[in-house]
Parts: sequence; structure tokens; C-alpha cells
Amino acid sequence: MQLTNRSKQVSNKEMTLAEKMYLPAVISGLGITIRHLFRKKVTIQYPEVKKYLGPIYRGHHVLKRDEQGRERCTACGLCAVACPAEAISMVAAERKKGEEKLYREEKYAAVYEINMLRCIFCGLCEEACPKQAVYLRHDRMVPVFQERDQVIYGKDRLVEKMDDRYVRAANSEVKATPTEPSLTRAAT
Amino acid sequence: MDLTVLIVRGIIILVLFVITLVIAAYSTYGERKVAAFLQDRLGPNRAGPWGLMQPLADAGKMFFKEDFIPSQASKWLFILGPCLAMLTALMSSAVIPFGDSIRFAWNNINYDVTLQGTEINIGVLYIFGVVSLGVYGVMVGGWASNNKFSLLGAIRAASQNISYEIALGLSIIAILMMTGSLSLRAIVNEQASFFEWNVFTQPLGFVIFLTCAFAECNRTPFDLPECETELVGGYHTEYSSMKLGFYLFAEYINMFVSSAFISTLYFGGFHYPFMNEVGAALETSLGAVTGHNLATAIQFVIFFGKIFFFIFFFMWVRWTLPRFRYDQLMNLGWKMFIPLAILNVIVTGAGLLFNIKYASWLIAIVMIVLAATSMSRAPKREIVPQQS
Repeated sequence: MQLTNRSKQVSNKEMTLAEKMYLPAVISGLGITIRHLFRKKVTIQYPEVKKYLGPIYRGHHVLKRDEQGRERCTACGLCAVACPAEAISMVAAERKKGEEKLYREEKYAAVYEINMLRCIFCGLCEEACPKQAVYLRHDRMVPVFQERDQVIYGKDRLVEKMDDRYVRAANSEVKATPTEPSLTRAAT
Repeated sequence: MDLTVLIVRGIIILVLFVITLVIAAYSTYGERKVAAFLQDRLGPNRAGPWGLMQPLADAGKMFFKEDFIPSQASKWLFILGPCLAMLTALMSSAVIPFGDSIRFAWNNINYDVTLQGTEINIGVLYIFGVVSLGVYGVMVGGWASNNKFSLLGAIRAASQNISYEIALGLSIIAILMMTGSLSLRAIVNEQASFFEWNVFTQPLGFVIFLTCAFAECNRTPFDLPECETELVGGYHTEYSSMKLGFYLFAEYINMFVSSAFISTLYFGGFHYPFMNEVGAALETSLGAVTGHNLATAIQFVIFFGKIFFFIFFFMWVRWTLPRFRYDQLMNLGWKMFIPLAILNVIVTGAGLLFNIKYASWLIAIVMIVLAATSMSRAPKREIVPQQS
């Protein structure tokens, strides 16, 4: 059965004298390769030049704050449950009086850790989160680590800095910026 | 005087040795660059500007790797293999003339020192002898590894070298008949005028020689002794560290030497059009010593330009043609090249008898005509759409 129309009929016929001499074919082959010598190279000099990977690339995790700078995560644990690699762990804590500026709701994650050796960057945590608290950035990758104690990312490296907020702007389908609570699940 | 000659020759040989090693080292870099460029890539560019430190980095890596000898291997032969390959590769460049001569003025007497390791009247024979010894490095190493793939690679190398050496020698016979000398300097001086370069008088011999040189260097499309797809690594499967480095290095030195040899035999060596006029003009304007040395320097540069072109050509072909199958290789060697080379010798001899220099074109023209007619008469290959 033919699945594609790309298959080629193999011809097994006797070669002509010109073909037996090989030289015409060799010369035409050399012509083809020499043309590539002058062609524009496709290499991207990776660490210096980075290619835009698109608005749906799943890179570095970020724990979002809301527009007033409060952490959105309520330590419900749905991301940890959804995670197929079991990379996420957290310790919940109750918000005390005077911490309303820091945490959006009464419960928050005192500890939130992602093991970057286990993480497979599938984005299921992002999908599972009911509070739009965890995202995988499309513009930043998890850097290379050399030591084992650099592998587990705590809140210090995950919670977004207020002067370096994450906006997924390149996607024209995302109407609102992710910092706004109106961002719907369907839009990401 | 004998001691002076010895010292001068020693210096020239040492310089040649260094040049050979540097060129071989940078051939590995060049090979990777050419491969990359022919495949629309950039190639090594991290070590130093444009990756120019890459050979040093490679050598450093080679030296620090574990030098492994298999327990069942024949230990001394295992060590001897790469040494032999390297030794024979380095020996062969001694008789190639790299330029006319350097002139020293001492006590108002001009001394001309030929720019050549040593001038012997059997230079061609010497190169042939040394190059055919080179296969022993491959054979000894492949056999001593006590590995089936290595042994197969070694056997292939041996039989390939035997079958191509005959055609290689026969294709040169025609040149030797025209020159009447085995000295490489005599062969070069024979090609003084541009249209008497042997590539123009011996086109068929040149093609045969070039192809056989590829086979002798174990380069693609004839790299059957080490083809990765069939024999893992061929004769150097079991080798690691600098022993492997020696094998690879020997291959590149062989490539350099055969490029030099091809340029010497077929492309006029250090000759270039209007060389005598340029030399005379330099000597009259700059004096006999400086002018002569400058003229020699130009010849040297021209010669290396030719060598680099052929090294590039070796790489160009490597990244163009796929490997021959073993029976195709043998067919090509025994059934096509040897008869053609003999025919070339006969026609050249007949030409010499009647004083026609370009007689060997006769075969080339007949072949082109035959090929053209067969190509035009052959039915066009139709691509029949498959029935589903």
C-alpha cells in the first residue's frame, strides 16, 4: 500500500558508458557541493545569539505576583499533583496579620521548590494552577548548573522580581498580560 | 665542505619537517572547516579567532586521553603500527623540490642551495618505495589489535594499495618516458612552459594518478580500510590517545605529500607562467643574491598555493562522493585503470616516436566521444509513478 507519493522507483538498468566512467557524475557532484561553499550559513552562534523560540516555549519557571506585588500562590498543591516528574514540593503556611501586602490569600507557600533535574518542562503545573501563579517563561531558559546544590530552585529563584516582571506579550492571542487577573486559562 | 652540506641539508630537512607537521595539523582544522562550509555550517570557531587554536586543543585532548592497549593485542606490534605510519609519512617529503635554490654570498662567492630535502636521481622511485611502506603501518596496527574489524580493515588496506599502486605506477611511466629521468627536479624543469605542464600533455594519466592517489591515501571515496559504517573504525578501532592521533596525523601528512607530488608531477611544481622573466627582472633590479632569493620565495609560495588547492580538492571530494563498494573499488582498479594506464603508455610511446607531445589526448578525445554518444543514445530514465 502506498502511504505517500514520495517513494521513488528504483531503476536497476545497466549503466551507460558515460555513467560507467563516473567522471561526468563526479564533476556535477563537485559542482553542487562547491555552490554550497558560498551559500549563507544557517548556524546560529548559540550562547551569543539566541533565536526567538515563540510565545509558547516552556522555559524557566516563575511564581507570579499580582498587580499589587502579592504572591498569588496559595500552596494548594495542585501543581505538585499534576507534575508527572514529581519535581515540585511545597510547605504551606498561614498568613499572619500584617502580611497582607505579601500574600494575596490567607494561605501561602512558605517553601516552594522545583527540582530542575527532575522537571521535564511539560507545563502541566502551569495548566493545573487555579490561581495563575506558576508559569513557564517563554523568554528565559533554566541556566546550566555545575553543582548538585544548584539543582533545587527555591522561592528565591522562582518568585518574580517586581522590577523584572514576566509578560508574555509576543503571542497575539494573549490579549491581557499575565500580570492581570483577567488572564484566562484558554488564552495561554 | 661535507660538514657544511650536512648542516645545510639538516636545516632544510628540519624546516620541511616543521612545515609538514604544521600543515598536517592545520589540515585537520581545514578539513573540518571545509566540511562545515560545504554543508552550510560554520565549523570550529570557538578555540581562538576563527577557531585557529583548534589543532592545539585537539592535540591536547589526544595527549590526555587514556592510552589503552587491549590485553589480547600483540603489544609491541600494536605500538609499532602508528609509529610506522607516521615515520613513512614523514619520510616521503624529502625529495620534493619546493623551489629553485637559495643563494648565499660568502667571501664573494655565491653558493646556491637547492630548496629540497635532498636531490637524488631516483626521487620518484624513492617516494613510491616509502609510500608503499606506509601501508605496513596500517596492516601491522590492524593485525596487532586482535580485533576482527581491525583485521578486515588492514586486509582491505593491503589489497587496495596493491591494486592501485600498479595503476599509479603505470600512469607515471608515461611521464617518465617523456622526461627520461626519475629525478623530480628534472621532471619539474621539463614543465617550464605553461602548455607543457604534464596535466596538458597527459590528461588521462593525470586523472588516473589523481584517483589512485586518493586510494593510496585511504581518502573517501576509497576510505574502505577505516569506513565507520561497515568496520566501526577499521584498522584503528582499538586505538586511542596519541596512537590514534598518529594514524590520523599520518593520513593528513600523506595527503600533503601526495598533493605536493601531484603538483610536482602534473602542475609544473614551483613553475608559473613567465617565471624566468620575473626571475631575470628581479635579479637585475635587486642584485643577484636578493633578487634570486625573492624569486625563489615567489616560487615557494606558488608551489604551496598549488599544494593547498590539492589539499582542498581532497577535502572537497571527500564531502561530495559516497564511498565505493569493495567490488566496485576492485573493478575500477583492475579492469579500468590498469588497462587504461597501459594504453596511455603505449599511445604516449607512439607519440614520442613521431614527436607528438599531446598524443595522449587521443585516448581522452575517444573516451569523451564514446561517452557522449552513449549518453545521447541511452533511453531517458523515466520515473514511473508507483501503482498503489
